[in-house]
Amino acid sequence: MNHLIPPSIQPYVFSVLYGIVIVALLPLLAGYIVLVERKVMADMQARLGPMRVGPHGLLQPIADALKLLIKEDIVPEKADRFLFWWAPVLSVTMALLAYAAIPFGPVFQIADLNVGLLFILAISSMGIYGIVLGGWASNSHYSLLGALRSAAQLVSYETAAGLGLVSALMLAGSLSMKEIVQAQYDQGVWFAFVVPVGFFIYFVGSIAETNRAPFDLPEAESELVAGYMTEYSGFRWALYFLGEYANMVVVGSIATTLFLGGWLRPFARNHDLLWGTSIELLDIVPALLFLGVAAYSFWTARRQPVQIQKLVMVAVGALCVVLAAVMTAALFASPAVMQGIHGAFWFLAKVFGYIYVFLWVRFTFPRYRFDQLMRLGWHFLIPLALVNVIVVGVTIVLQQNWEWRHPMLAAVATTVIMLGVAAFLAQEEKQHQESMPAAER
Amino acid sequence: MNSVLFYFFSVLAVASGVLMVTRRNIVHSAVFLITALLATAGIFLQLQAEFLFVVQIILYVGGIMVLFVFVIMLVNLDVSLHLMQFNRQKFVASILAFVLAAQVFVAFWLGRNSLSVQPARLMEPKNTEAVGQALFQRYMLPFEIASILLLVAMIGAVVMAKRRV
Amino acid sequence: MSDARAYGNSNVDTTVLGADEIILNMGPQHPSTHGVLRVKLKLDGERVVDSECIIGYLHRGVEKIAEHRSYQQFAPYVDRMDYVAAVSNGLGYCEAVEKLLGTEAPPRARVVRTILTELQRIASHLLWLGTHALDIGALTPVFYCFREREEILKIYEKYCGARLTTHAFRIGGLQYETYDGFEHDVKRFCEDFDKKIDEYETLLTENRIWVGRTKGIGILSAEDAIALGVTGPVLRASGMKWDIRKAMPYAAYDQYEFEIPTRPTGDTYDRYLVRMEEMRQSRRICLQAIENIPSGPIMARIGKVLKPPPGEVYHAIEAPKGELGYYVVSDGTTQPYRVRVRPPSFINLQAFDKMARGSLVADVVAIIGTIDIVLGEVDR
Repeated sequence: MNHLIPPSIQPYVFSVLYGIVIVALLPLLAGYIVLVERKVMADMQARLGPMRVGPHGLLQPIADALKLLIKEDIVPEKADRFLFWWAPVLSVTMALLAYAAIPFGPVFQIADLNVGLLFILAISSMGIYGIVLGGWASNSHYSLLGALRSAAQLVSYETAAGLGLVSALMLAGSLSMKEIVQAQYDQGVWFAFVVPVGFFIYFVGSIAETNRAPFDLPEAESELVAGYMTEYSGFRWALYFLGEYANMVVVGSIATTLFLGGWLRPFARNHDLLWGTSIELLDIVPALLFLGVAAYSFWTARRQPVQIQKLVMVAVGALCVVLAAVMTAALFASPAVMQGIHGAFWFLAKVFGYIYVFLWVRFTFPRYRFDQLMRLGWHFLIPLALVNVIVVGVTIVLQQNWEWRHPMLAAVATTVIMLGVAAFLAQEEKQHQESMPAAER
Repeated sequence: MNSVLFYFFSVLAVASGVLMVTRRNIVHSAVFLITALLATAGIFLQLQAEFLFVVQIILYVGGIMVLFVFVIMLVNLDVSLHLMQFNRQKFVASILAFVLAAQVFVAFWLGRNSLSVQPARLMEPKNTEAVGQALFQRYMLPFEIASILLLVAMIGAVVMAKRRV
Repeated sequence: MSDARAYGNSNVDTTVLGADEIILNMGPQHPSTHGVLRVKLKLDGERVVDSECIIGYLHRGVEKIAEHRSYQQFAPYVDRMDYVAAVSNGLGYCEAVEKLLGTEAPPRARVVRTILTELQRIASHLLWLGTHALDIGALTPVFYCFREREEILKIYEKYCGARLTTHAFRIGGLQYETYDGFEHDVKRFCEDFDKKIDEYETLLTENRIWVGRTKGIGILSAEDAIALGVTGPVLRASGMKWDIRKAMPYAAYDQYEFEIPTRPTGDTYDRYLVRMEEMRQSRRICLQAIENIPSGPIMARIGKVLKPPPGEVYHAIEAPKGELGYYVVSDGTTQPYRVRVRPPSFINLQAFDKMARGSLVADVVAIIGTIDIVLGEVDR
């Protein structure tokens, strides 16, 4: 195929192609994450969730998107029109731009920057302006308070999350997303197991950065109605939502790449072969998973009450069979194709696992108050992250100098030290709270 | 291509700077300051200094400007709308501007030979490492002095804020 | 400098920069003012400097309506005051008029009334727990609470056909005999309910965020509570052991054993614990009562047209939210001369400013939730 494309634009072709695919698919993906969220929430709250539009509400995101598209777009009379219009666009653009450097697989990446990770952090830190300016431009007190909270929260938790990432970076020795994953393959362990504390700090920081519960103060619906989005309606509002969910995928991707081995499958260095063939045993797992889902769909299709629901359920099953076929076919294709497809599967699976934990946390915990949130960030997470960086750095140097090779040993040592530090900080915090008079808290 | 990008970013930066000074609404000024900073970051990128590009965005746009905007939003805007924006000292100002421009020009003119760009060094793929090595080996002392200065400033700010409680 | 504290370490001294106090109108349309309450907050950053509750958006003139209805006709109206505890409202009114008439409901009716009222207390507290948790940001407990509340409403539906505004009692006793399986339903509910309370408590009681959001928030001292006339769980959480069910027993409460839970500090967390314990005690009362419902008539002989002798009477009961009193004046005709209601929500709401001053916006929401108001009762 390469000879069809003039050489001057050849390096850009695949990048542009991937870009188009991501921009086209992401809104759909975000819509379905919303559906998953509602379904998971319903499951945890002893109810069914959306059931009316399509079987098990499968078409609900499309219906919602259509509804939001045709709704009236209201601009408050005294709003700052220019900023009010552009703020949601900014929010969504920045979220999408960050995908430029995310490797969904060894080949599926728009650009492998040598400062890839920093690029993603920089772009997603600009997404805050969408929230802050939108909240200010609405000319409403609720929006303004939401924007103020958002600004303060983001600045403090970005620091903590960034310091959490540093510990993994030191292990990888590179800022390029691809090389970070490669380093995990070479060392034979996901960094989440080597620096669990760093992973934890990044996890908490990323919940706060994406404004998800229990850190959803900028949009706390019981306090600030909808925070910075209070005055927004229709499609502009939907853009904010799209931005939020796209950001969730971004932080999930960062966590996956740095801590969960990116596109590597579990036990990536285990090369046991399926008996009698040249296929690796663990590579058939994705196909089996899809077949399982397909079987479940076919089984429940019979029990759907309406004809159309049966049809859609069968269609879902068929889709899963096709995906399973693709996964199987990839096993027989060239190694590059196989790595690409399976890598994308594992990457997305990990990202969705990460997002699932987000949802789980959201439906379990009450919301923090603003000062508590700040104290948690500055008095607990940031000191912990700083100590974590120092301890990890020291262990790396020790490993290099003393030939202390086994990574898990270092992991255990750092974790024990970090738990000690965390306990100390928690104790400090407790005493601090008790020494304060009640009204001051 | 490179020069087109350079002029695009330069014009953007200068125009944003001018707009930033002339806007009445302080939030709009902040927005234009952000675009000016982003355009500067663009120039860094055009010079293939990815690390500087990214750090410019993270620190200035993502950190410092967020705090600026945060403070601006707390302040009552109506007051600033009615303040006189410029004092009437155009004559003195233009002389000063002229002197400054001449100074810069002379500096460039005298140092024109030392400003030669070394393309080979800039094109190195891993200039992140180069920045790190320069900071922590060759310029270790200035770097540490700068960080201690910042620390002192930070402590000073905290102490002053505490006293006013 | 309170701002800088509200915004953590950002070290912003807004007073120097000339930031003003802003006035924030919470409500009458706001997700967590529990109806059409409007709270005018004066904020310094996010800290509350001053607050004012503006009420009356749901005023329907219930007390005035009473003057143009016969005694029986007015009974359904009281259900619409505290509409999440309609049965308790009905009990208070019916007993007040019975007192005015100088009669009493038969023993069977009184026991059934006790059971239904205690179930209502559980239902009301469940609704409070769910919405209070929702205000503080816990999304899940509200659905668990509604699941159990549904069981109680089903019992009401089976008993009298209505779920919310039940009009379950009549002056002089009961209109309906209990349905077949009433005892079984109540007993099964009570037996299951113990585990359900534990379930809520595992979600909240020791949750760090929950404790952080409620402990030390909206403290009301016992002296202030008494001075403001606060009653019910809010008063008991401030350390006062005052419960009309024990102090001036009505219905059949004198026959049963139960504790009055109190807590020392009077903060939001204590009010939470008191109400959780009250649900357990209500369950205990129901279990005792259901074992032994006396047989006999369910209606006293009072005739169809009620003409109480001229005079006045005040009768108070312990409604889920506090002391619910009815002051009824009769001029000897078929219609009351005056009915004055002492609604617990209205009077407990007076303590809001005391609790809210100096707290943050997020606490305001928690405090509104912890007082447990129903605007139908505040505005009447």
